[in-house]
Amino acid sequence: MSTKNKFGALGVFAVSYLAFVYIPVLFLPLFSFNDSIYVAFPLKGFTMQWYYEAFQSDGLMSSLKNSFKVGVPVAILSTALGTLAAKAVTRYRMPGKAPVMSFIMTPLVVPGIIVGVALLIIANMIGVTLSLFTIAIAHVPMCAAFSMWIMISRLEGFDKSMEEASFDLGEGAWMTFWRVTFPLILPGIIASLLLTFTISFDEFILASFLGGSEPTLPVYMWSQLRFPNTLPRVLALGAMILVVSFVLVYFAEWFRRRGTQIKTSSGV
Amino acid sequence: MQDDSFISIRDVSKHFGDVHAVDQVSIDIAKGEFFSLLGPSGCGKTTLLRMLAGFEFPTFGEIFIDGQPMSSVAANHRPVNMVFQSYAIFPHLSVSQNIGYGLRNDKLSKAEMEFKVDEMLELIKLQGYGDRQSTQLSGGERQRVALARALIKRPKVLLLDEPLGALDKQLREQMQLELRALQRSVGITFVFVTHDQEEALTMSDRIAVMSEGKYLQIDTPNQLYEAPQNRKVADFIGTVNFFNARTESVAGGKVSMDAGPLGKLSAAPGKLEFSEGQNVLIAIRPEKFSISIEKPASGNAIEGTTDAAAYLGDRSHFYVRVNGVDKPVAVSAQNMDRTHDVTQTHQGQVWLSWEDDAMVILHED
Repeated sequence: MSTKNKFGALGVFAVSYLAFVYIPVLFLPLFSFNDSIYVAFPLKGFTMQWYYEAFQSDGLMSSLKNSFKVGVPVAILSTALGTLAAKAVTRYRMPGKAPVMSFIMTPLVVPGIIVGVALLIIANMIGVTLSLFTIAIAHVPMCAAFSMWIMISRLEGFDKSMEEASFDLGEGAWMTFWRVTFPLILPGIIASLLLTFTISFDEFILASFLGGSEPTLPVYMWSQLRFPNTLPRVLALGAMILVVSFVLVYFAEWFRRRGTQIKTSSGV
Repeated sequence: MQDDSFISIRDVSKHFGDVHAVDQVSIDIAKGEFFSLLGPSGCGKTTLLRMLAGFEFPTFGEIFIDGQPMSSVAANHRPVNMVFQSYAIFPHLSVSQNIGYGLRNDKLSKAEMEFKVDEMLELIKLQGYGDRQSTQLSGGERQRVALARALIKRPKVLLLDEPLGALDKQLREQMQLELRALQRSVGITFVFVTHDQEEALTMSDRIAVMSEGKYLQIDTPNQLYEAPQNRKVADFIGTVNFFNARTESVAGGKVSMDAGPLGKLSAAPGKLEFSEGQNVLIAIRPEKFSISIEKPASGNAIEGTTDAAAYLGDRSHFYVRVNGVDKPVAVSAQNMDRTHDVTQTHQGQVWLSWEDDAMVILHED
């Protein structure tokens, strides 16, 4: 009696689930190649026109640039913060560790619209002009929480006595971090950079509340949905974002796992 | 402080919250000594070692190394190096880079560094391994690299935290001998932590037997085994039989006792003080008994019945039930005669005999 070969009810459920998740998403790339401005079956023919138009559109290209202007600094800053927080949590005995961790993790579960409204009110109160900068400020706590979560598992994964060994061999805190800790958590740091960038890049609610006159890519896409003749262009762009996000997350996961393997092979 | 002490641990305590991991310990260790901290897990031996390394600082007390107080010296500035239980080999560095890790601050030329690393590779018999990735090493090789990495700094003291625990039995026994030979050749003071009494006995000049944050006795392996100062030490090191007795007279370097079923006995008191009419324990090691079928002509002897016997090759073990004694008495006999299997012949009624100086008298607690 082998249960391995049996494709039972559970198998049917698994396949249906994946179909439910991915088939709707796959309509995006499908219609982005369709030679018609109407998103409807039957398909008319293959075209690259929408992709071409997408790259020709000034608004689209400037919003793409905006997204990078927000995403890159956010990824770097939140990964730095997340790494330091994770190091504090995993390496030092400190009072109130559990509540501090929960507070750092909270942005992951608070609805974006609440954070967005709250930050908008504060920005108005203190008279800050809405810009890409305010979006970035809003993205950092959320991304730092993700980063800390990745870096905690990375730091817990390696033998603390390696850091002690470095101290024992004459190095201080900074050189120990640079010569031992950093190389060992580097896969985690890369994973964190890729993931936090993706999160910031894809984030819509905070960006739309706090963006002022400078839309990021998701905000621009949403604004274009009102115009039927630009919809196929948005589909083309959506398809590209889908592919890029997938690739980034895939690499982030690959780096994270690669790190885990190094750890395992070095264990005693 | 004693004049010849190289490491001096003075009234050191370490508290973690309410837990007194190390409780008012004072130990002096001489230069070039192989000193072991022996005890079960949680006895404070690792905490004490980590305080010597500078990873923990005493709550009270002071540690001196070569006359210098250590309480304000961080781990990276102490003249000690450590071999970790997990070895803590840096997985992202090669064997040579691991061994040379601690040389960065010594401002050596590249050639000098290579020379020192090669010297160490030779010492640990891993010549030609320098360029290997440390992740490709076997357990025994990692242990050697960890040793070389610590010794290249020429520390005044080498600390070893159960460094042989992860190795299989055969390799462990080989490494015990190698480590001992290495210690003699480099002449560095070793402080060695272990829970394995055999390992401690084989390698150490002196051993501190620890329990619950304190040490019970500090002595040479021979004295710990032959002259334990209390019940716990006698019990922890090797196998021992305890018998209850009551002192009758204490005079002229002899303690006379009434040991119930064992009769009237008399033995030297060792380092402990006894008074008349005191309840005491008599400890006798299994190999100190002679087992025979005939009643011995003279001396201390008692009759019993063999409960169980086991043939172990070089020796045989017996468990002998004696009237009036709770537990069967453990007896070990050397198998001197090839043609005679005592486990077969010494069944049923047997006699156990022993010399006066086989007995160690201990306080009852």
